[in-house]
Amino acid sequence: MSRYTSATDADRREMLDAIGVGSVEELFRDIPEPVRQREPIAMPDGMAEQDVYDHLRALASRNRDAEQEVTFAGGGMYDHYVPALIDSILQRSEFLTPYTPYQPEISQGGLQVMFEFQTAISELTGLPVANASMYEGPSSVASAGYMARLDNGRSKFVVSRGVHPNSRETLATYAHAFGSEVVEVPLDGRGATHLGALAAAVDDDTSAVILQQPNFLGTVEDLGPLAEAAKRTGAVLVCAVDPLTLGILRPPGEFGVDVAVGEGQSLGNRLDFGGPSFGFYAATEKFLRRMPGRIAGETVDVDGKRGFVLTLQTREQHIRREKATHNICTAQALNALAGVIYLSWLGKRGVVELGELMLRRTAYAREALGAELVNPGPVVREFAIRLPNLDEVCERARAEGINPGHRLRYYYPEYEDCLLVAITERRTRKDIDRLAEIVQGAREEVHA
Amino acid sequence: MRSEAGGRRPENTLTIYEKSREGRRAFVSPELDVPEIPISDLLPSDLLRSEPPELPEISEPEIVRHYNGLSKKNFDLDTGFYPLGSCTMKHNPKLNERVAALPGFSRLHPLQEPQYAQGALELMWRLQRQLSEVAGLPHVSLQPSAGSHGELAGLLLTRAYHEDNGEQRTKVLTPDTAHGTNPATVTMSGYEVVKVGTAEDGGVDLDDLRDKAGDDTACLMLTNPNTLGLFDRNIEEIARIVHDAGATLYYDGANLNAVLGISRPGDMGFDIVHFNLHKTFTQPHGGGGPGAGPIAVSDRIEPYLPRPQVVRREGANGHSEPFFDLDFERPKSIGRLRGFQGNFGVFVRSYAYICSVGGDGLKDVSETAVLNANYLRARLAEPGIAEYLPIAFDRLCMHEFVLSGRGARDKLGIRTLDIAKRLLDHKVHPPTVYFPLLVDEALMIEPTETETKERLDGFADAIREILEEAKEDPEIAKNAPYTTPVRRLDEAAAARHPVVRQARPEAGGRRAEGGAPSATPSPSI
Repeated sequence: MSRYTSATDADRREMLDAIGVGSVEELFRDIPEPVRQREPIAMPDGMAEQDVYDHLRALASRNRDAEQEVTFAGGGMYDHYVPALIDSILQRSEFLTPYTPYQPEISQGGLQVMFEFQTAISELTGLPVANASMYEGPSSVASAGYMARLDNGRSKFVVSRGVHPNSRETLATYAHAFGSEVVEVPLDGRGATHLGALAAAVDDDTSAVILQQPNFLGTVEDLGPLAEAAKRTGAVLVCAVDPLTLGILRPPGEFGVDVAVGEGQSLGNRLDFGGPSFGFYAATEKFLRRMPGRIAGETVDVDGKRGFVLTLQTREQHIRREKATHNICTAQALNALAGVIYLSWLGKRGVVELGELMLRRTAYAREALGAELVNPGPVVREFAIRLPNLDEVCERARAEGINPGHRLRYYYPEYEDCLLVAITERRTRKDIDRLAEIVQGAREEVHA
Repeated sequence: MRSEAGGRRPENTLTIYEKSREGRRAFVSPELDVPEIPISDLLPSDLLRSEPPELPEISEPEIVRHYNGLSKKNFDLDTGFYPLGSCTMKHNPKLNERVAALPGFSRLHPLQEPQYAQGALELMWRLQRQLSEVAGLPHVSLQPSAGSHGELAGLLLTRAYHEDNGEQRTKVLTPDTAHGTNPATVTMSGYEVVKVGTAEDGGVDLDDLRDKAGDDTACLMLTNPNTLGLFDRNIEEIARIVHDAGATLYYDGANLNAVLGISRPGDMGFDIVHFNLHKTFTQPHGGGGPGAGPIAVSDRIEPYLPRPQVVRREGANGHSEPFFDLDFERPKSIGRLRGFQGNFGVFVRSYAYICSVGGDGLKDVSETAVLNANYLRARLAEPGIAEYLPIAFDRLCMHEFVLSGRGARDKLGIRTLDIAKRLLDHKVHPPTVYFPLLVDEALMIEPTETETKERLDGFADAIREILEEAKEDPEIAKNAPYTTPVRRLDEAAAARHPVVRQARPEAGGRRAEGGAPSATPSPSI
């Protein structure tokens, strides 16, 4: 079906005449016969717009989304409220439909957004420089590893088992390509990175040490001693951080972290079954000229008027080709825009208030569920509990329209009967009490 | 209110941080419905933040005005012609935004168990089948986040394939016309780049390829049609040389828009293909993302695909209905390239697009894209233009073509950059400039299929006008643009003294006003 094109038969004739060929087929004469597609594409013909809508709506209705259930699922992406102004601004065609700002004179909007985004990420992380976005969380972690490798040429990554399993696996995937080894540091009995094991794993060949704050179980890591142990031999210290906890948690930059990366979904982005969201990348000034991705910088035009440009492009693939510091090109500009609007909407006070609300509701939930805590130390919005009858609890919760959280067993066989529970600002005391009732009810039956 | 007029900037150049005033706000916190335990009881003091981050303090109406104001400084595809070569700036259907926003998709948690995400997994599976059909290769992974990420996947797959055969190959061939992401990806994947030259007709230099392909060659990365917009007539011979050397053949799908339903990469002999869903399959570019870079591969590469894979299990769980699942049990997999299942929201848009146009429409897409490109090429070959902007390779083109600005430079004293900047005053986005590198003063033009003949004529007229004007006075183009929100910017200064974030407020809450770029500000750490 001819869709979104507008050449009429008359247009076609005129255009072919101007080109000097007799038919559209002739335009493809360079394509050798043996590699021509002889049969039509094996796919149904095009559909009317309303039929496509109905088909997609039917598919969407076969998912159980966070509108239909009370969800305690976390594990890297969270059901936070996305304010309406984000939807409205992101649908403006001037943000939605341009390419990367290669022509700064007609891209000042996008470039200033990048500059504002970089500022917000720098503020949250307590690090002086940040780029304009990465794809998402786990690949940002792997990219930080790659930068460390370029920087010091050492061949070992020491990574905490508290780092998101997807990040660890992505790091291992990337590391295999450039010949680095990944060594994992276990968690201790309280679900925090094992300090002694970390200290023992770091040696002169350690390129980077990679931690996550809070870690995958929700534990707020004691970054001070960990950072000291990590940096003893001059390795690059990378910390994956949850940006929405940084209103209340001491920022990584204050612990001597060299590179802070992370998943930005919690900042005004939809769940979208895992993407698109954005990743971020902040670092000490030393790494400004080694960082991956776009960076916007402030400058002036020929009339002395303030403006913004893509800067330090000699790091990038389109200029430096095989000598680039990374291969990234298209990243997540629109999602990063959602992030900076969200942070402006929360504001300097709101980011603290929201953090405190999550902290208190999470404390309440830990108490109310009354289950054994896998990680009894400090947490912000997520924690793990041990439930001897885990599957039964999950089944009952599902029957009542509750997603109780993520079962840890796939990525952490050592936590076979454990549940990871996330408490965003959308989970009220009433929601928590409902989950608690199910957990308690199931426990009483076990004891009976 | 600001007290000193001296340091004041015009309102429309302020950042959101400069509009901040203590005490303003947009966010209202949900009610605290649990005990108000002191924060210091919940977090040890050495892990607590001592000062809040310097985010703006601003009301909702002013946030909206700020970003609406910024949006008006952007040129965009919905506003006008955007013939940015290699980027495929084609119409982004509005329906796609509507369906992507359905809560069943947009509010679906990535760790939702497969039984509660059947619609999403089925959509992914269906998109995999569609992309497989278009590529002519049997297996698809949707996971990579963008084209360059797909390239990385391709070389990781290549490495896994060779290693599984007990081989350590060290070199990857890339033509000198390749996108910059190709060589950058080669380095990142731990391989060495070997450049292959371009022949007289714009295709791969076969003799050079034969010389360089050997038993240390892991892969040839190729774009076909290439970045000159030319279909390589020797593609079968190229595939033969590469496969005889035992290497894989990788297809950079940035230019796939030219050959939908016309010629399939799998039939050309490619082993691995990446798609740019944000080019050929209408995901909006968003000012630099999001995109998605799925890959399609042949049977011999399949065992190494990233995990998890979306699979359809027939009659599982004791039901006769098929069950869509995530398959993690892939022992030879290269592993993950990112978190969760990929850029699902992009998949929804591209799936809706493919359903809308259908198999017949996809072929029409490529035919019209190639018709439009050749028509514009013919218009720009007219006297009065061609002597200043000769075509780099005088052949029929596919979906794009490359002109050289050497005539304009030599005869009129204006450079390709000047023509590009003058086009901004004509309310047209300029073509890609200075790429590919082997063309002197290159202008790479891709009109796409969604433009009308009138728009193409309008572009040709604008080019002619700029050249005419330059004959009279080249200074006009050299100082362009004149009508844009800002004029030419000092990029050298930006790189020499990088200012990459807003300065923090000085004591007393007022923000530092540094006008010209100075040293990089450092936060209080």
